[in-house]
Amino acid sequence: MTIVEQQTPPQMSPTEPSWHSIVLQTLKRNEVSLVPYVPDRVLTPLIKALHADPFFTTFATAREEEAVGIVSGAWMGGRRGAVLMQTSGFATLANVLASLAVPYQIPLIMFVSERGTLGEFNYGQALVCRTMRPVLDSLALEHHTITRLDELEFIADRSIKQAVTTQAPVALILNPLLTGGKVFDK
Amino acid sequence: MNSSTSNTKVMNRFDVTSRLIARLNNEEAVIGGIGNTNFDLWAAGHRPQNFYMLGSMGLAFPIALGVALAQPDRRVIALEGDGSLLMQLGALSTIATLRPKNLTMIVMDNGIYQITGAQPTPAAGVADVVAIATGSGLANSAWAADEEDFERLVEGSLTATEPSLIAVRIDDKPGVGTTRRDPVQIRERFMHGLGVRQPL
Repeated sequence: MTIVEQQTPPQMSPTEPSWHSIVLQTLKRNEVSLVPYVPDRVLTPLIKALHADPFFTTFATAREEEAVGIVSGAWMGGRRGAVLMQTSGFATLANVLASLAVPYQIPLIMFVSERGTLGEFNYGQALVCRTMRPVLDSLALEHHTITRLDELEFIADRSIKQAVTTQAPVALILNPLLTGGKVFDK
Repeated sequence: MNSSTSNTKVMNRFDVTSRLIARLNNEEAVIGGIGNTNFDLWAAGHRPQNFYMLGSMGLAFPIALGVALAQPDRRVIALEGDGSLLMQLGALSTIATLRPKNLTMIVMDNGIYQITGAQPTPAAGVADVVAIATGSGLANSAWAADEEDFERLVEGSLTATEPSLIAVRIDDKPGVGTTRRDPVQIRERFMHGLGVRQPL
């Protein structure tokens, strides 16, 4: 048995742009150029594309909160950033959200690859996923779960602009309906 | 105390912080880690380029890295306590990989969580901050032997072409001031100080 990434999201046809190319172009259009991440299987094509594009400074960090600190510092220095992570990584962020991003009014842009639902095979991932939205809601943070390719650009573009203009964090949750997710392959 | 620190003088946080600030003439950004580290930065005299952390323990170096990446022509200095650094040792390797030329990291090491009641850290007496930093890939890391050596190391770091880490053995004294806990104003004034924004 091996675990593989589902190759083609359900609604994607060969002529449509991929979810990850839409994310990359939306980041670029909004001048979000600093993208630290803690890797995730589903995010791999996006991470590869970011590394291949000299517009972006993208690199792995040891922990998600470290990446939040980096983009927060960069924002204060005049450079926009976004953090890529998995659901379980988001679960490590409650302290830095409540003590840095929210009280200092920093437009922290988070892309979260959603594990734990729609075919999850790891019970721990399923459980940690259930903590994500309650944490976001407890801090009244803007968040959207993106399930459709045709809505991705609108939601991502508008959310980045809203984060910047209202100086408030946003979490964009990339659902398996969009990305294909990570599934058990027999 | 371990062997590599046996010849280093025990200094005082407020004194070395004041010595650092006195040497800054080019609107260098300074990030103060939580607790006594930024209390003494505050007490050394507010500067528009100072940023004070009121939480998120361990993120002084990552925040400073972000500032350094955003403004590569400005020197950025981060002040962090040893207990805070222990929370985020992985950040040392991230910084070693990115190698920002304009980042100076200063670790105030007293081996205790002074502000919570002076409990020893798990590293006290067994771990060496400079050895950890060197092992994390930060070759330009050193203990300050005394105040003069600290000033010399700071001076060198401000013209270095790679990130520098300076570890300082300090006493168990609390900070001499208390930062005004106004996070929005701290962030906004820091952005003014960095030339990112103008006041309304």
